[in-house]
Amino acid sequence: MEHSPPPFFKRGPAPLVRLAFFASLSVALLVLDARFRYAEGLRSALALAVYPLQVAVMAPVELALRVAGYFSDQARLREENAMLRARLLEASQAALRGEAAQRELAELRRLAGAAERLPVEASAAEILYHGRDPYSRKVVIGRGAQHGIKAGAPVVNESGLIGQVTRVHALASEVTLITDKDQAIPVQVVRNGLRAVAFGEGASGMLELRFMAANAEIQAGDRLVTSGLDGTYPPGLPVATVVRIERDAAYTFARIFCQPAANVDAGRYVLVLGTEARVAPYPEEEAAAASERRSAKKRPRRRDSDAAR
Amino acid sequence: MQLGDLPAGQRILLPVRPATIVASFAAALALAFLPWKNVALVPDFVALVLAFWCVREPRLVGLGTAWLLGVIVDVGNGVLLGQHALAYSLLAFGAIQLSRRILWFAPWGQALHVAVLLVLAQAVALAVRLATGADFPGWILFAGPLAGAALWPAVSALLLIPQRRPPEPEAPRPM
Repeated sequence: MEHSPPPFFKRGPAPLVRLAFFASLSVALLVLDARFRYAEGLRSALALAVYPLQVAVMAPVELALRVAGYFSDQARLREENAMLRARLLEASQAALRGEAAQRELAELRRLAGAAERLPVEASAAEILYHGRDPYSRKVVIGRGAQHGIKAGAPVVNESGLIGQVTRVHALASEVTLITDKDQAIPVQVVRNGLRAVAFGEGASGMLELRFMAANAEIQAGDRLVTSGLDGTYPPGLPVATVVRIERDAAYTFARIFCQPAANVDAGRYVLVLGTEARVAPYPEEEAAAASERRSAKKRPRRRDSDAAR
Repeated sequence: MQLGDLPAGQRILLPVRPATIVASFAAALALAFLPWKNVALVPDFVALVLAFWCVREPRLVGLGTAWLLGVIVDVGNGVLLGQHALAYSLLAFGAIQLSRRILWFAPWGQALHVAVLLVLAQAVALAVRLATGADFPGWILFAGPLAGAALWPAVSALLLIPQRRPPEPEAPRPM
């Protein structure tokens, strides 16, 4: 005869079993997301479901900001207006000069037979809020896939590069700031054209040039701009200024710290630059020839090993 | 034990309505999704409300709810998927195991227990992130859980309001 508890004592599996089940489910999700990036579909579907709640929460905050803006001091607004006018005058001067220089450069490049640089298209976006992850440095902007934002697009403000779009939702996008620990930017020293890669430093808000030889030709005060070699960032965007160099004989590489050119953590408006069609196609014949050469090299070796047997 | 010797602060309450639980979780998620300037200092409202219901109603709110809330928070915050799901599952397990013990304490004693649970949940999330290559954001990270525990007496008083019995006037007896 079987003894089983009466139905009102049944409480499902034991708590430890349930914990093991849900913990392993979480770990599986973690591995899928961190290691293989398989969870993006699930994430975007859930993000769409959470979006109405987020909008509902943001609405009163935005209203409060707008009301506060409405009541802001008139004197301050006038002062700001005058300052903006002066800056516009300066900027239009610079733009005229820049245009002339660009025309000249295009002509020279054509004479020299170099590929023509396409103009970069840009769209303005507003920073909605800071990323809610204390472990990374991100901001969320109010433009998404519906406005033509693509993952990988560089993001700049008026004084330089501030980050890169890393995740695109329908109506908002996540921008990883250049000071994030995982963010790397190919840069070039303006003074002598030396190429390097700048990595974010995380909490300190600085950048570091890693893997630079201890005797590299670089000094404090050097300005760094994007080199454009990766095909993601257009060349010539200001990135950072070198502030401190530690050369220690015990290490192979110098430790070079840089201050970002743009104030990464402040400001409300940014420009998202387009990423399309700036990369020259990879030369195919050479690649094919190289792979042939490689396979040609391999084959005799295999024959040798066969002969040795 | 005397007859009137109920656990501190525990009066006879009305049974909880599921709508109250759902509404409290929605409010906690809304608070969590506010555009905070520095999220490390903000108490994790979702974890706090989850711990409350796991302590009060361990048969209604359990690990499944915790896991689902964790995934929602992960997606809403745009962090590693599964990070909060794991932390909340462990938090719910701890809260359910401790639920009978916790209810015997006065509100501040309960808050101490909850502080340990919240700090442990944060430590789990921290361990996960460090294992996947993030850098340590500083001990300020544990300010949030401690602030959350300090809010425990207020939150538990607030969430029990719907279950409080309205003061019934004594019905006049015949004779």
